[in-house]
Amino acid sequence: MTAALRLSNKDQAMLDGDFGAAAQIAMRILITMANVYEAQEMLDIESAHIDGCLYHGDSGIDFAVKLVDGGAQVVVPTTLNVGAIDLLHPEDFQGSAVQAAKAQRLMALYQQMGCQPVWTCAPYQAYQRPTLGAQIAWAESNAIVFANSVLGARTNRYGDFIDICAAITGRVPAFGLHLKENRCGQILFTLEGIPERLLHDDVLYPVLGYFIGEHSGNQIPVIDGLPSTTSEDQLKALGASSATSGAVAMFHAVGITPEAPTLAQAFCGREPATRIKVTLDSLKAKLDKLSTVPDGEIDVVALGSPHYSLAEFAVLMARLTEITLNPETQFVVCTNRLVLAGLKERGWLAKLESAGVQLVVDTCVVVAPITRVREGVLMTNSGKFAHYAPGNIGLQVVFGSLEECLRSAEIGRVWRDKRLWDVI
Amino acid sequence: MSGEISDYGMSYKMTIERKLGWTARVMVDGIGQGKALVLPEPLSLWGGLDPQTGQIIDQRHPSLGQNVTEKVLLLPVGRGSSSASSILLESVRVGTAPAAIITAEPDGILTLGAIVARTLYDKAPPVVVLAAGDYGEVIKLVQDHPGTRLRVAGGLVEVI
Repeated sequence: MTAALRLSNKDQAMLDGDFGAAAQIAMRILITMANVYEAQEMLDIESAHIDGCLYHGDSGIDFAVKLVDGGAQVVVPTTLNVGAIDLLHPEDFQGSAVQAAKAQRLMALYQQMGCQPVWTCAPYQAYQRPTLGAQIAWAESNAIVFANSVLGARTNRYGDFIDICAAITGRVPAFGLHLKENRCGQILFTLEGIPERLLHDDVLYPVLGYFIGEHSGNQIPVIDGLPSTTSEDQLKALGASSATSGAVAMFHAVGITPEAPTLAQAFCGREPATRIKVTLDSLKAKLDKLSTVPDGEIDVVALGSPHYSLAEFAVLMARLTEITLNPETQFVVCTNRLVLAGLKERGWLAKLESAGVQLVVDTCVVVAPITRVREGVLMTNSGKFAHYAPGNIGLQVVFGSLEECLRSAEIGRVWRDKRLWDVI
Repeated sequence: MSGEISDYGMSYKMTIERKLGWTARVMVDGIGQGKALVLPEPLSLWGGLDPQTGQIIDQRHPSLGQNVTEKVLLLPVGRGSSSASSILLESVRVGTAPAAIITAEPDGILTLGAIVARTLYDKAPPVVVLAAGDYGEVIKLVQDHPGTRLRVAGGLVEVI
């Protein structure tokens, strides 16, 4: 038997209902989770990011109503993840009016609790950037892995419900990745014989992440061999994919991420329990798995999971001056309102729209009915879109690089860069 | 009751009839029973399970098309999106949830979905974790004897 959970006086008061019914429900749920994980105390958090505002069914509304009726208000800065509708472009919603109303109702309920309506899965690139060592309670699998790995903030893989419980109480159980000793690497992935050209191409990162996630389960992978020039957006894509094919909450990239200046430090001085070589062949096998149909005609190109950053838009803008998008192929980029404002400021929004790019904010194509077709083929450079589109929106998927997506959107069928995955 | 006799009785039963009960760590308490459904790979319920029907819809998952409703679901661990809690909760609301969930490692996201279901609707599948060796024994038994029914009650997993 481990020692029982120690509660502060305030925790106990919340549990007793002194802070209202919502705080009482929230504390009760947190304590149940603390007992599951054998936590011995609770910790203060600095911020929260909430995933529960995405409509999956009436039960999500039932829970939010119960909290709002119980007087719920968040006590730390709290951002909201995507909802199930683009509030700025509601006319693009292809689902029923009832579905749209429910999506909006749930989003409104979370706003009533004092959460910031930023509606993005990449809050770390826009609204809040926790610092090294900060204790936070974040939901959304890609945001979790980014916060832990790239920023060195500390969160567990929180999901819907516990995220808002943490925000309402300002507390989380002290377990898992909140504690330094649980943040050491467990599996070593060594890149071997990956061509230099590919190491610098964005297309590598979602595929590498997909490979790593599948071999890591919920353990902490350490990646050795990435170039020091690896960009934040590449790490974002890697993390998002690894949290899609596996339950990865944190990775270390040796010499790149803040808690892994050296291989030895990434493993806290211990020997890796497992070593896996990442070869070009193993990546190509994963690449094949990301597509569900052979190359052929496509109906939609979708970019922006996680939400597209300004840096990613800069690359897209440059290519769009040389490429003419085919109007038969829907071309969607998902992003957040702060990036949208940046696009307006730079005069890019008008250019994107005249090029035929449809911008989606507040949500994305795999959580809201946005694609014009209900069956057909979606092409993407996102590992997460590629993974979830078939199950969530019933479209088949072709995965490719940004360049392959753009050239394919030009001709309405898959175009391949034949040399992209070559040995040299 | 004499310790000696009951010890003898237990080992006799284990040897002759093979082992029929395992102790598990309780994540969410309760009782649930039904036909066992083994998922050979982890599954993210979000994008992997349709809560309206209880069907597995992840096209890359080997259990695609199977239905989890009223089954005792055995999976190594969840994976992927943190929205999985919502899908489990919604399946409880709709009535398509498994009867019980057995994993080989603690899974916070599944546990949470079940705890919230208990809070809101006063019902939820129990969630328990078996030690790796025991988990392996149970799934082998189920694979060798299709149609095996299991009962999860508190910290005990039994063949019924």
